[in-house]
Amino acid sequence: MTRLNVLKTYKLYINGAFPRTESGRSMKVPAAKGAEVLAHICQGSRKDMRNAVEAARAAQPKWAGRTAYNRAQIMYRMAEMLEGKRDEFAEALKHSTGNTIAATRKEVDASIDRLVCFAGWADKYAQMLGCNNAVAGPYYNFTVPEPTGVIVVVCPDEPALLGLVSLLAPPMCAGNAVVVIASEKYSLPAAVFGEVCATSDVPAGVVNIITGKRAELLEHIANHRNVHAISAANMNKRDRATLRMGAAENVKRVSVIKRSADAWFDVDACESPWTIEPFVEMKTIWHPSAT
Amino acid sequence: MMQHTVNAVMADERAASFTRRSIKTDSKMQGLRLALSMVDLTTLEGKDSPEKVRSLCRKAIQPYDGQIDPPLPSVAAVCVYPSLVSVARKALAGSNVKVASVATGFPSGQFPLDVRLRDVAEAVEAGADEIDMVINRGAFLAGRIGEVRDEIVQVKQACGQAHLKIILETGELETYDNVRRASDLAIEAAASTGELRGGEVFIKTSTGKVQPAATMPVTLIMLEAIRDHYLVTGVRIGMKPAGGIRHAKQALHYLVMVKETVGDAWLTPELFRFGASSLTNDLLRQIVKTTTGRYSAAYDFSEA
Repeated sequence: MTRLNVLKTYKLYINGAFPRTESGRSMKVPAAKGAEVLAHICQGSRKDMRNAVEAARAAQPKWAGRTAYNRAQIMYRMAEMLEGKRDEFAEALKHSTGNTIAATRKEVDASIDRLVCFAGWADKYAQMLGCNNAVAGPYYNFTVPEPTGVIVVVCPDEPALLGLVSLLAPPMCAGNAVVVIASEKYSLPAAVFGEVCATSDVPAGVVNIITGKRAELLEHIANHRNVHAISAANMNKRDRATLRMGAAENVKRVSVIKRSADAWFDVDACESPWTIEPFVEMKTIWHPSAT
Repeated sequence: MMQHTVNAVMADERAASFTRRSIKTDSKMQGLRLALSMVDLTTLEGKDSPEKVRSLCRKAIQPYDGQIDPPLPSVAAVCVYPSLVSVARKALAGSNVKVASVATGFPSGQFPLDVRLRDVAEAVEAGADEIDMVINRGAFLAGRIGEVRDEIVQVKQACGQAHLKIILETGELETYDNVRRASDLAIEAAASTGELRGGEVFIKTSTGKVQPAATMPVTLIMLEAIRDHYLVTGVRIGMKPAGGIRHAKQALHYLVMVKETVGDAWLTPELFRFGASSLTNDLLRQIVKTTTGRYSAAYDFSEA
């Protein structure tokens, strides 16, 4: 007797839980080849996005308040969990993108390495971005980076997993809370990634993942006053304009990068501490010196 | 006094059913504005200072600085400890916001009766329009019902012209039957002091110092006591759930419950209040979102 496959229905990841979208809508995840359906996935609404931002807003001060070393441990733990799900991710990527298993394994491995790298940056980036300023007077003068707040990450379509991890890790390691808008085309890896976060001691609300239609969510992300920065990649001109128009309303920071599918594997460019810099605010402190 | 019993399963079911109404666009906006006008903006902390109360009073008169058309209503009242009543009275002069004061040894009520009555008299003297008293839960749970009734009667008399809200502290009453019994008792005691016109006596769920505070089923049971009293006497007793109502959506659920249990006549600050502080800003956030189409940040609003 042939066995009936159990089709998984993925939910959103908000505030450490896996709720269904409040809108009750779902989308089919088509296989790259053939008419097969890989899974069903939530079509998140602007209200889901709002709930995610609320959760991120509440979680962010505590996340930033943890020691950098502890943030590093937790991000390293994410890498460990991703390693444990290596085959699941490689398969999910293969079936949804149609890439070869060799290529998708390479992408998963690069994603794991990237998480490890930014886990390392958590307690070191401040030394790289901050400085001790020479001033003409008897003062110590420091500049130190502090997290910006709630960051919305709009993922590129390709590479679906590596793109997500590369945009998520830099703001996260600096103590920001992140709302991830998954790629609309290949949303399966992002949905599975929620399970990685849920099992690796990431505090509720620090990472939230919404799947759905980008066009529907973009405007509300852009003009949400509780979002402090947006990080996006490979956007068309119209989407960029939507982001910048909305962001102008409360002067959000907006970082939109353009990167080819291969360039995401470039370690020098993607694992530089300067990828963290758009998501920190510089604070300068004057302190009277002892002499 | 006839004793009503409560079917706990059905009370929970019925209360939950009020959360499943769809209230959108114009009706939502109307509900949010109404809820805002029903808020008793409350600060009841040991560290309350005159300046904190003054800033709360400014918030009460004008909840939001931005432009909303038509202008937003003021909240119903500011609720403070007796020692800060005179500060609130002064800060609210010329507005239609009432001054409410907790009294009778709030929140425990564990003081000699003469001390509790003096507490009330001094709050009224300092200018309180409304007194929020606590019942003697110890006596109630020990079955000394007559004692509780007598105390309510004396407090009502000490209030004079000031309106009275009777806090049952339902979180300490253990069962729904007790909630109903305490509601009936409080209403009957207050009514026994003389002819009521309606609106000068409220029953109130909680002090906010005990968990659980206001819940939907408890409020429903109290509203049913109010309804039954109205059907017999024609007198409208007010209702005030307090504590734990933080979100605009919850406030709308309560308004639905009021409408469907006691009717439209109670949909006014004269007869229904929310005891809350953080609810105000959530109502404002929703109003601003509905008006501008943009989600706002917590720091867009002054502290309450």
